[in-house]
Amino acid sequence: MLSAIIFLPLLGAVLVALVPSERRTMIRWLAGIFAGLPLLLGLILYEGYDVHAGGLQYVERVSWVTLPEIGVSYFVGVDGLSLPLIVLTALLTLVAILASERITERAKEYYLLLLILQTGVTGVFAAWDFFLFFLFWEVELVPMYLLIGIWGGPRREYAAIKFVIYTLAGSALMLVGILALYFYGTPHTFDMTVLARRSYAPAFASVVFWLLFAGFAVKLPVFPLHTWLPDAHVEAPTAVSVLLAGVLLKMGGYGMLRVLVGLLPEATRHWALPLAILAVVSVLYGACVSMVQRDLKAMVAYSSISHMGYVLLGVAAFTSISLSGAAIQLFTHGLITGLLFLLVGALYDRAHTRLIPEFSGIAKRQPLLAVLFTIGGLASLGLPSLAGFIAEFTVFIGSFAVLPVFTVLAAAGIVLTAGYLLWMLRRVYFGPLAPRWERLEDVRGVEVIPLVTLTALIILIGIEPSLLTDVINAGVASLTTSAAAAHPPGALGWIGLPGRPW
Amino acid sequence: MPAYLWLVPVLPVIGLILIIVSGRYRPRWSGYLAVAAIGLSFLLAFLALGELIGQGTAGTVSRVETFDWFRVGSISLQLGLIFDPLAAAMLVLVAFISLVVQIYSLGYMAGDPGYTRYFAFMCIFTAAMLGLVLAPNFLQLYIFWELVGLSSYLLIGFWYERPAAAAAAVKAFVTTRLGDLGLLTGILILYSRTGSFDFSQIAAAVRAGNLGTGLLTLAMLLVFLGAVGKSAQFPLHVWLPDAMEGPTPVSALIHAATMVAAGVYLIARTFPLFAASAAAMQVVAWIGGFTALFAATQGLVMTDIKRVLAYSTISQLGYMMLGLGAASLAAGMFHLITHAFFKALLFLAAGAVIHQLGGEQNLLAMGGLFRRMPVTALTFLCGALALAAIPPFSGFWSKDEVIAAVERSGNLALTLLALATSALTAFYIFRAWFLAFLGQPRGALPAGWGRDHAPGHGPGTHRPDAGEASPVLVAPLVILAVLAVGAGLVGSPLFGGAFAAFITGSAEVSPGLDPGLAFLSTAISLVGILLAWAYYGAGWLSAEATARAVRPVYILLVKRYYLDDLYAWLVRRVLLGLSSLLAWFDRQIIDGAVNGLAWLCYAVFGWALTRLQTGRTPSYALGFVVGVVVIVLVAIVFPPAR
Repeated sequence: MLSAIIFLPLLGAVLVALVPSERRTMIRWLAGIFAGLPLLLGLILYEGYDVHAGGLQYVERVSWVTLPEIGVSYFVGVDGLSLPLIVLTALLTLVAILASERITERAKEYYLLLLILQTGVTGVFAAWDFFLFFLFWEVELVPMYLLIGIWGGPRREYAAIKFVIYTLAGSALMLVGILALYFYGTPHTFDMTVLARRSYAPAFASVVFWLLFAGFAVKLPVFPLHTWLPDAHVEAPTAVSVLLAGVLLKMGGYGMLRVLVGLLPEATRHWALPLAILAVVSVLYGACVSMVQRDLKAMVAYSSISHMGYVLLGVAAFTSISLSGAAIQLFTHGLITGLLFLLVGALYDRAHTRLIPEFSGIAKRQPLLAVLFTIGGLASLGLPSLAGFIAEFTVFIGSFAVLPVFTVLAAAGIVLTAGYLLWMLRRVYFGPLAPRWERLEDVRGVEVIPLVTLTALIILIGIEPSLLTDVINAGVASLTTSAAAAHPPGALGWIGLPGRPW
Repeated sequence: MPAYLWLVPVLPVIGLILIIVSGRYRPRWSGYLAVAAIGLSFLLAFLALGELIGQGTAGTVSRVETFDWFRVGSISLQLGLIFDPLAAAMLVLVAFISLVVQIYSLGYMAGDPGYTRYFAFMCIFTAAMLGLVLAPNFLQLYIFWELVGLSSYLLIGFWYERPAAAAAAVKAFVTTRLGDLGLLTGILILYSRTGSFDFSQIAAAVRAGNLGTGLLTLAMLLVFLGAVGKSAQFPLHVWLPDAMEGPTPVSALIHAATMVAAGVYLIARTFPLFAASAAAMQVVAWIGGFTALFAATQGLVMTDIKRVLAYSTISQLGYMMLGLGAASLAAGMFHLITHAFFKALLFLAAGAVIHQLGGEQNLLAMGGLFRRMPVTALTFLCGALALAAIPPFSGFWSKDEVIAAVERSGNLALTLLALATSALTAFYIFRAWFLAFLGQPRGALPAGWGRDHAPGHGPGTHRPDAGEASPVLVAPLVILAVLAVGAGLVGSPLFGGAFAAFITGSAEVSPGLDPGLAFLSTAISLVGILLAWAYYGAGWLSAEATARAVRPVYILLVKRYYLDDLYAWLVRRVLLGLSSLLAWFDRQIIDGAVNGLAWLCYAVFGWALTRLQTGRTPSYALGFVVGVVVIVLVAIVFPPAR
């Protein structure tokens, strides 16, 4: 079943390749079905996941015939951390396909690449073999490069190549880290469950930690490795932005939780201080830079950097609550930013501009978009009763006991976020209607479906968070107990620095 | 706890859902739906209060029921209901004022294109405010605290096409959120030390000494910062006068009677925690006392009738804080309740005037309205007398209790401050009354003076033939006027301080009125009224001449002590300046470094690789040999496993 979720999109891509490129409707339907089936299966998995047992479930494991002796196997499974992200990936891919109605140029290749992307990202979340993990991690790169590079805006080639070089540089360091872990113990293995039970010499663990962190930090992204993100977002077509912010960034956060916290807990604890500093800088810096952006997409892109800082803060604090908060934030931010990028795209399709100063008072012409934009903005600024609050509040209560000063500094981000989002809404949607926009139209038809679906999910999780948190708790529990079992906390405080700086 | 209590906040939510469903097809239903839902809420709240009073002293114990909302890690986050005299009194007050305002709005908002949206937002507000009142823990309190902030944002910006309204909405939300950051931090400190969000459990932990005095003081000051934002205390008060951009019934309900009192309620709810920190109480008292005076001075010079009332609200909220800070829970809450009645009355009466004058809000353009709108004028007068604390109007009893509590606490400076503010209060409210209702009509001012949007009329179109407003507007005024006159009696010595005994749950009766102090404060208020008469009634003194004589002071007041300018400068120049600098840094320095590095790699490797490709076989062979040697060496140093 899990393999079906991973590879159905790839099968869909093959089928799409066989359809003549003139038959766009058929291609869209095919893509929709093969992105939608994994969503359905993912939801069945989600429903069937036993939260009381927790841990790794739906495991599928096959030794690769040619590679068993070097310790590589096809080993996939899900736990409470990865399951929500797998569902999110399927959901947002489907949303992206629905939102791609206006792509007419080389549509066949476009949908084909979206489906390959889905397989790559889902694979990352499902892989429990490090080799497989890395393989999927790299698989995702190529379609994203092409999607930005071919269907992007005016500076698409620059943005695409920047994205690839950044990620490749990060994953090169990550690869060294992975190989180091592989060679460290005997027998050599890529099996993450085995690697998690081993303990590593402090100095070695620290070096590997930073190598792996570099790979994940580029993806999340963490200041100062973030500058590819605004460029990629500004150039990427709407649906690709949705996937980029909604899913691809989450690979970075997931990697930190799964690999850094899961495999190298002492090193993660030990380096809490630099992580916390980077987290706070990302939050505040992202929010400030967001405030002065003129392009709506750039604004949302920088706000993502700011919001992903909370994930890093949760990792740095390393309590079961803060880690849960980080995992919740990955999911809720996927929904919220996905919605915001869709909204910006819907606006851009009609107005042909994304520059905030050019708008005024268009709520009169776009009542529905105005309502959805307001809800999206409020969710992003962490208003209770919407999903974003659950994540941020959990991160705060989890982190405060360990890192009080950093938590308060990061929490100051909620004031800045309210500032830039509401200020944007005021300039774009409220105030007197500019004559230029007299004929602007509202969203309608098929387009409304993904917008309303995401909005409804944001509200649902905001009101009934246990739908999400029960599963995530199970994931974090197994993460922290396995880490604690193999690595008693007494091992803290080596290399001279105190383990917990506050 | 009554079994139906949960319905009190839920009914407005049901009303909201029905409005959303029916609004598109039956827009006129939304007003009635809101009135019906909130009316039922009020009825149930009233029943619950009756039940509580019927239980006598047994009812004064706090009852809490909670359920698990969600779990993270090892903890479970809970929501629930608290029921005690404090909650019951507040619940009835909120539901009642909301009901009266909804009825008034049926007339006031008739014909507005956003009619449905208006009542939907009002339902959100009422539900959130009732949920806040019933919160048994900090988590739920914070959730509904933010939600009332949301509804305030939505309703201030209700006429979103007007730039001033859109700007005021953002200003209100962001300013109060700054306070909320304090509240959040305070909650986090308390949680990290006590492991609970629950009010009673935290109080128990504090009694057990789990928090040091220093940390407790810090936590409570941060919680108080939240109250400072929400209750518009200095220095975060700047949003409230601008919030008058919303429709006048909204100003009456949210920005005068209920939501802005949430800060006061928060302190009353966490009173045992504040009481454990003398320093925090001192700060509460001083901020309250200072705000009372500070805002009253600005009320003296405002020409917009709603802004006079707005500064008056800030000032009166200061009195409530002062009462709480002087360790008298009963005084603070008593003043909250009487103020809710008379200030809602003043706003609604002002709204009736504005509505009948086609959106005119400038006092200088009014005049002589007594003859044309006698009921409105008289009800406004009741509110003004209550605000000026003239016996036996309700404000007299409650304000006097506040001043008496301050005097008992032995703080002479604050006592004098509170007494001085009484004179200012009486002066500014009677200035407004004389200007609006007495004298001769002064006629329309140039276009652009009017602010409020009266449906069906352009803003500022002065109607000289305006008469009394329709019954749906006037009836709520009469009801509130009766309460503004009489509501104070429940807390007055005539009833033996029944309110104080009820709210604090203690049998000991409050020390009662200090006759000397009461006489003094009444005399001071009368002087204020007399002065207002001298300027604006009889014309013995000239306001213009006085303003000229003390011009620097006058300018300072009109410019609101330049605080708004200072904040605007901080946001525009400092925050946005810094942000622009960071954005430049991001593009030029960080991204520049990235691009520079890329270019460098390109140049260096390009050069090196060109050199390597010599085309000569021996050098390739050398490279090959070196490579093989390295690989073999690696294989020897790190032998493969097994």
